[in-house]
Amino acid sequence: MSKDIRIKKGLNIKLVGAAEQTTSKAVLSNVYAISLNDFHGVTPKMLVKQGAEVKAGEPLFFNKNKESMLFVSPVSGELVEIVRGARRRILSLKILADKEQTGIAHDLLNVESASKEEVKAYLLKGGCWPFIKQRPYDIIADPDANPKSIFVSGYVTAPLAADLNYVLQGKEKELQAAITALGKLTPGKVHVSVGKSENSPLAGLSGVELHKVSGPHPAGLVGTQINKVDPINKGETVWTVTPQDLVIIGELLLTGKFNAERIVALAGSSVKAPKYYTTKIGTEISTFLYGSGVEGDNFRVINGDVLTGTKSAPDGHLGYYNNTVTAIPEGDDYELFGWNKPVFNKISATRALTFSWMQPNKKYNLDTNTNGEHRAFVVTGMYEKVFPLDIFPMQLLKACMIKDLDEMEQLGLYEVAPEDFSLTEFVCVSKQPHQQIIREGLDLLHKEIG
Amino acid sequence: MSDKRLTFKKRLHILKHHYRGKKMAPAFNALHTFLFAPDETTHSGSHVRAADDLKRTMNTVIMALVPVLLFSMFNAGYQHYSAINGFPENFSLMENFLTWDNFWIGIIKVLPLVVVSYGVGLVVEFIFAVIKGHEVEEGYLVTGMLVPLIVPIDTPLWMLAVAVVFGVVIGKEVFGGTGMNILNPALTIRAFLFFAYPTWMSGDKVWVYEAVERAGGPDAISGETILGYLAQNKGAEMSYSISDMFFGFIPGSVGETSTFLILLGGLFLIFSKIASWRIMLSAVIGSLVMGLIFNGVVDAGWIGETSKFYGLMSFDFWQHLIVGGLAFGIVYMATDPVTGAQTNRGKWFYGFFIGFLSVMIRVFNPAYPEGVFLAILLMNVFAPTIDHYVVRGNVKRRMKRLKNATILPKDSAGKANELHAETV
Repeated sequence: MSKDIRIKKGLNIKLVGAAEQTTSKAVLSNVYAISLNDFHGVTPKMLVKQGAEVKAGEPLFFNKNKESMLFVSPVSGELVEIVRGARRRILSLKILADKEQTGIAHDLLNVESASKEEVKAYLLKGGCWPFIKQRPYDIIADPDANPKSIFVSGYVTAPLAADLNYVLQGKEKELQAAITALGKLTPGKVHVSVGKSENSPLAGLSGVELHKVSGPHPAGLVGTQINKVDPINKGETVWTVTPQDLVIIGELLLTGKFNAERIVALAGSSVKAPKYYTTKIGTEISTFLYGSGVEGDNFRVINGDVLTGTKSAPDGHLGYYNNTVTAIPEGDDYELFGWNKPVFNKISATRALTFSWMQPNKKYNLDTNTNGEHRAFVVTGMYEKVFPLDIFPMQLLKACMIKDLDEMEQLGLYEVAPEDFSLTEFVCVSKQPHQQIIREGLDLLHKEIG
Repeated sequence: MSDKRLTFKKRLHILKHHYRGKKMAPAFNALHTFLFAPDETTHSGSHVRAADDLKRTMNTVIMALVPVLLFSMFNAGYQHYSAINGFPENFSLMENFLTWDNFWIGIIKVLPLVVVSYGVGLVVEFIFAVIKGHEVEEGYLVTGMLVPLIVPIDTPLWMLAVAVVFGVVIGKEVFGGTGMNILNPALTIRAFLFFAYPTWMSGDKVWVYEAVERAGGPDAISGETILGYLAQNKGAEMSYSISDMFFGFIPGSVGETSTFLILLGGLFLIFSKIASWRIMLSAVIGSLVMGLIFNGVVDAGWIGETSKFYGLMSFDFWQHLIVGGLAFGIVYMATDPVTGAQTNRGKWFYGFFIGFLSVMIRVFNPAYPEGVFLAILLMNVFAPTIDHYVVRGNVKRRMKRLKNATILPKDSAGKANELHAETV
């Protein structure tokens, strides 16, 4: 049975440079890297030493606080470098890939008849556990928790993000296997959402509660859907998995092998021919970035979409969770009277001499300029227009800033992840770092209340 | 590259780096960002940002005030010459109002108020930014324009300067600057003037240029405001028509008289999504309700014509909106996002009580027949309380949801209880 979710509040940010729906094979990368920043809150404990040979799917390290949580190598090769930062904290692991790839093969699991514990152990052992995230705190799921439900969002509304309907084509078998396995992990339901008028490969899955979503961004964010379908209360846990990660989980279940292959959208106005590439997690971005051609040399490479991604560089590596790489111009230039002259080439949620409201379908070429300086919160009512959750965004942000744990709890911090505040951050005239404030708030709450 | 070939933009950029971390950096940055939007880029979070910043927001409010300011400059002359020569019998906008003579009075009387307000206020802002080492925030751009528009035209400039210093320091900076203040700074300045120099802020001699000097002359037309007439039960002596009141050819504080232009400004602010339509609409409703109640009291015969409240109570309820500072207050003062209610539901209550109390204070305080600024300041104080209860409503809903949380489908109720015990 499907239930409709209609979102009214929000803002679609239309940008030039959407990936064309053709897929090429990216050049094989020499070095693959796993950044520890992708695994928020994980303290790594290495299982292999620098210089060791590893196979694809072989565990590299585990989480010190949850020893069963293994993180595996996406490729086979030599662990050439463990990049460390201050106080010898591990920042990333670099693997020089073999020409001939070899991988670990696990015994197959009969998903249909397997028990909850068997599925859990299999995913942990196979290195697919990090793909399951949890709320509250927006971290990798705690294997010992009992989630009340699992959410998968198959509806994409983020600007320039990879079109899931395209990249998931032909992966129905893997998706179904992964969903069947996830269904064992929760006593509740597995909620899958698809676009209302879209033809998604996720629509035909069995064993799920299907939701048809419509509306502007952030309708596609899983946090919006959780809030509308089954909001999280204090003490409850909800798990989320992205569809592209479901494919890797499904493949592990069907073949016993960890296959880090992923179809990635290369998008953004700095890319001459934006399109899709088949590549692997951890690959160097330059292996496909220059294949499409780039405009000029002053651009920013973003691991992920423009609202929630992380800053990277052409010699950076594809993130563990990303299926989009965006390149947009840097905006590090001054603009004469930029604060008061009429604006036609930028997006605005207001009509204060800004004219994006006149052409709602125009696509814009935005750069990374903040269009103003950081200020105290002044304007009210702006965030509520783009924030569909039943939460007071400004009050929650302020509670996080003053570290008032009670307020944070009561105003609904358990229900959100930083990405839910990406749009409010976009429209903020005070240019406050909303996602960072929420991340710090979540970390504090996790540390103090757990 | 030699210095001569550097562009102006580049030179300022070099200076910015030169000043970085130094005491005077905020002052330099304020001037720099006034000329050029900064070259700051995003680092994390959303990599792209919307086009508007606080400067643009404030600038939009100033644009909405410009027509009012221009009108007030002509009206200054019009009221002055009318007081001397009598009101023209067949009023013509071009011949009697939009004249150079009228505008000249505006230039010599209104412009200095604007200059003093901005000059003194910005100096105080710059000093605080330099002392506290933060950027100069844009709040005063609007306050500086509002202040000259809400004082009587004959306000001495030194008095205004003293009030601005008081208002900016006590009304804003002591709370931490723009965004942190509890009271509307412009109204704090107005309140300071009202309580410190009451004779200059009320009565019948301050609203028209040189009225004091002319007082006692044989042909002098009193410069009384309409509310002043009504408060003294002299409504019948008034020679102003409804259209005079609506378009603003009446005495009053500098910028408050033209309801028509204020209405246009308000519509512009609503259209540009800068000011809250909820506050404006609810304030209008609040004032109409209070006006209707008073009209009802008069109609019921509970108040006689001899009562000192009769004049204002019997005043048609909707006309409250077109005289005095009510419209100006509702559009430009009540909608201040920092000091007003911040939640959408709270804004309805906040606005309603501003309108309601404004008319109430008008009627019951005939010695000084204007209540808008007091009503808004009072509601500024209550705004956090209103928001508190609105936010508690949301928290309560969440608590209730937690209590009724049905974690699992009905068929595994046993497990549900087990899990409930485990997690809650």
